[in-house]
Amino acid sequence: MAFDAATPNARETLRFLACGSVDDGKSSLIGRLLWETGQVMDDTRAALARDSRRFGTTGEAPDLALLVDGLEAERAQGITIDVAYRSFATARRSFLVADTPGHEQYTRNMATGASGCDAAVLLVDARKGLLVQTRRHATICALLGIRDLVLAVNKMDLVDFDEATFHRIAAEFAALATSLGFRSATSVPISARDGDNVTTASAAMPWHDGPPLLTLLENLPLQRPELAAPPRLPVQWINRASPDFRGLCGTVAAGTWRRGDAITIATTGATSRIARILSPDGEREQAEAGEAVTLILAEEIDAARGDLLAPPDQRPAVATQFAADLVWFDAEPLFPGREYLLRAGTAWTPCTVTRIRHRLDIATGATEPADSAAMNEAVLANLSTLQPLAFDPYAECRPTGGLILVDRATNRTVGAGMIRHVLRRAANIHRQAGLVTPTARAALLGQSPRVVWFTGLSGSGKSTIARLVEQRLHAAGRATMLLDGDNLRHGLNRDLGFTEADRVENIRRAGEAAKLLAEAGLIAICAFISPFRTDRRMVREMLPPGGFLEIFVDAPLADCIQRDPKGLYAKALAGEIPNFTGIGSPYEPPEAPDLILRSTPGTTPEMLAEAVLARLAAP
Amino acid sequence: MNLPVRHAAKPQIEACPQETGALLPVALTAHLRRLESEAIGIIRDCFAAFRRPVLLYSIGKDSSVLLHLARKACAPARLPMPLLHVDTGWKFREMIAFRDRTAREHGLDLIVHTNPEGLRRGIDPIASGSALHTRVMKTEALRQALDAHGFDAALGGARRDEERSRAKERIFSHRGPGHAWDPRDQRPELWSLFNTRLAEGESMRVFPLSNWTELDVWDYIEAERIPVVPLYFAALRPVVRRAGTWIMVDDARLPLAPDEQLEQRMVRFRTLGCYPLSGAVESAAATLPAIIAEMRAASTSERQGRLIDGDEDASMERKKREGYF
Repeated sequence: MAFDAATPNARETLRFLACGSVDDGKSSLIGRLLWETGQVMDDTRAALARDSRRFGTTGEAPDLALLVDGLEAERAQGITIDVAYRSFATARRSFLVADTPGHEQYTRNMATGASGCDAAVLLVDARKGLLVQTRRHATICALLGIRDLVLAVNKMDLVDFDEATFHRIAAEFAALATSLGFRSATSVPISARDGDNVTTASAAMPWHDGPPLLTLLENLPLQRPELAAPPRLPVQWINRASPDFRGLCGTVAAGTWRRGDAITIATTGATSRIARILSPDGEREQAEAGEAVTLILAEEIDAARGDLLAPPDQRPAVATQFAADLVWFDAEPLFPGREYLLRAGTAWTPCTVTRIRHRLDIATGATEPADSAAMNEAVLANLSTLQPLAFDPYAECRPTGGLILVDRATNRTVGAGMIRHVLRRAANIHRQAGLVTPTARAALLGQSPRVVWFTGLSGSGKSTIARLVEQRLHAAGRATMLLDGDNLRHGLNRDLGFTEADRVENIRRAGEAAKLLAEAGLIAICAFISPFRTDRRMVREMLPPGGFLEIFVDAPLADCIQRDPKGLYAKALAGEIPNFTGIGSPYEPPEAPDLILRSTPGTTPEMLAEAVLARLAAP
Repeated sequence: MNLPVRHAAKPQIEACPQETGALLPVALTAHLRRLESEAIGIIRDCFAAFRRPVLLYSIGKDSSVLLHLARKACAPARLPMPLLHVDTGWKFREMIAFRDRTAREHGLDLIVHTNPEGLRRGIDPIASGSALHTRVMKTEALRQALDAHGFDAALGGARRDEERSRAKERIFSHRGPGHAWDPRDQRPELWSLFNTRLAEGESMRVFPLSNWTELDVWDYIEAERIPVVPLYFAALRPVVRRAGTWIMVDDARLPLAPDEQLEQRMVRFRTLGCYPLSGAVESAAATLPAIIAEMRAASTSERQGRLIDGDEDASMERKKREGYF
């Protein structure tokens, strides 16, 4: 039979996930749904008959699973290995089904499929009942925010359509779904192979009083909680069509924006008002979640890709530290302390996992302590981003609460996260944009603010050159400030020692201080050993492009040991100072410094300082 | 049914049927609006994330929709990327005329590339066979053009409902050096948080219409009144029966076998490619509503008229791994 597909496009689409174990008959079920809703055309039927004889498992009858098992590799293996998307429609609703694998090692594909879905259909074999797999699938659906589940108890023909078997499985499933907090969980007994209770009620199971699977799917509520959430719009692209046109483009992530609404950029606090809303079909009074629009603001403010727009009185959280559930995808495990790139909304920022709080056993729901996450594991972790991130808890707003993690070296997507809450209760501290901008302060001083960062071994001459540079700039009428590692350790950083974690924090604070000085319009001259590349990159990324000048004072370790102006190398070599750079702890030279200073016989610190001034004067 | 017949002996590109037909504007359904916004969001990510994106323009209905969406995504600005047409030299004359008119009317930056090596070797779809012709004049030609211009992202109109291997491809499909696709090592794609990052020598294929169906495309064309090549509409055309389908004799280069008869038939095309490889279907559907009505009642799939896909089992997947779009 074919459904009347006269006007499927008049309906909203339900996007659902189909998941089951390898042999539960998931491909057969999807094939059956496509077949019975009239999606399978004559030529495909002919190809199917041919393929069924070659690869099929159903004898002379067409093997409907082959309609969806696409790739050569998986046909040979007889399993589905990736996420496939298929669409079909009935007179009542359009459907997009994400077909995800049931094999244990492919959790990542299931999370991928679930992220875009409104609901999920779980398959089990009636002969086997709920398996560890089933619990895993339900747990991942719960993690990814799916709230409606349907359990298809398949292969009922192989248990003689036994009512008691079905009710036992359904009861067990109801208990599982309740424990995971789903909004709805419905079970239906089917035979995908023969079509019982798939699109029409089964004559073999008159005892079942519920509707067939397709009818259930037609009636599931469409889950769009973001429609009711506070308005959000991640700025995706700035449209500068002409000198007097500046539009902020993006897809409304949540809520409804109206013309005249006040908006604020969550991370900077800059505020304006929506003057016009341009949609794909022209100018509008309002736009709701899911619509791609261009906003034109009444007063121009500084906005860029990555900013999140929100109403001033309903702001998202803005933080650099927060807790999130992470699902790990990569063969290389997740380790705290390692740096990744994070994308949330349209923002990208470097990020580290500072602590793993626990690992979630997806099969049992139990939590256990962990210090890493392997592929296909889920953990609750604390994250720390370099730039402040604007977000909502995932449970309240999926589009502004999800994130992905990308490996910095390989660019692989290694994990995904669902943000729970801010750490360090700063959720109510919002940035306030001043009335005087950094640009205005610099203009008053008539100079370009910079952070001039000297890095190198202890005793390489950083501080000497830095002091000379400041003296000469000052003499030339420049407003400057000198930050020296030793001096800072007497005050701001006096609570820090020399462990690796403390060294990272030492440089972070120095960087933040230098950034404030630069924002005040000053030329900040900083002399820090700063042995680790990632830390120097962290400071560079705090500042606007061109605002950070990395100067590598490149002196051989042997020379530094010989000079030893503070007598530190002697102590370190005697084992009295652990973790001393160059002795007990490595120095990572810059890969692409803005300037390298080398002392050769005859060069004086004054000559090196002049080289720095020349570099500063260069455009 | 008696429908007005337009002779196709001479390409008529000035009058696309949907422009002359008395059509009332059709409001977009919620379903189409969702697809439209999704596609625009994907296209804008390309504007923002890539150094040098390009829109792969194949002149067909999907390309027409993609171009329409790309222009909406950047309106009122000019399209911030060029169009690339990989011309095998065997496209229908009406397609080429339509392409040039489209580029002219919208002031688009159109790049046309033909594989000079293939031309020199005299590769053609008839004598060389469709498999070799496709590899040299389409797959290799595409790689040449992308490399020559340094494009780091190529946007195309492929849809997941077209073919089984397409169903499993990502929206942002990462290609390693040499444009190769590894179906076993695709980046997971969650929410609309696309991973747009590339290393040197890598590129991205982007498919904004991934979640559209053939019917969605036609419904959208009707609602938005998007011009398409007149070959999609039924007309009397000179055809021969070959391999169970109708092949249009678009110029004198198509040799006829002794038993082949040139006939005038009311035909139209569901997909367009090289004319000797594109099969027409007999149809009286000369307007958009007639096409859509015919499609709702259709019993064969869109690509059945394409001679290239049937070459060998899983041929599309193999072509894609080699860098075919």
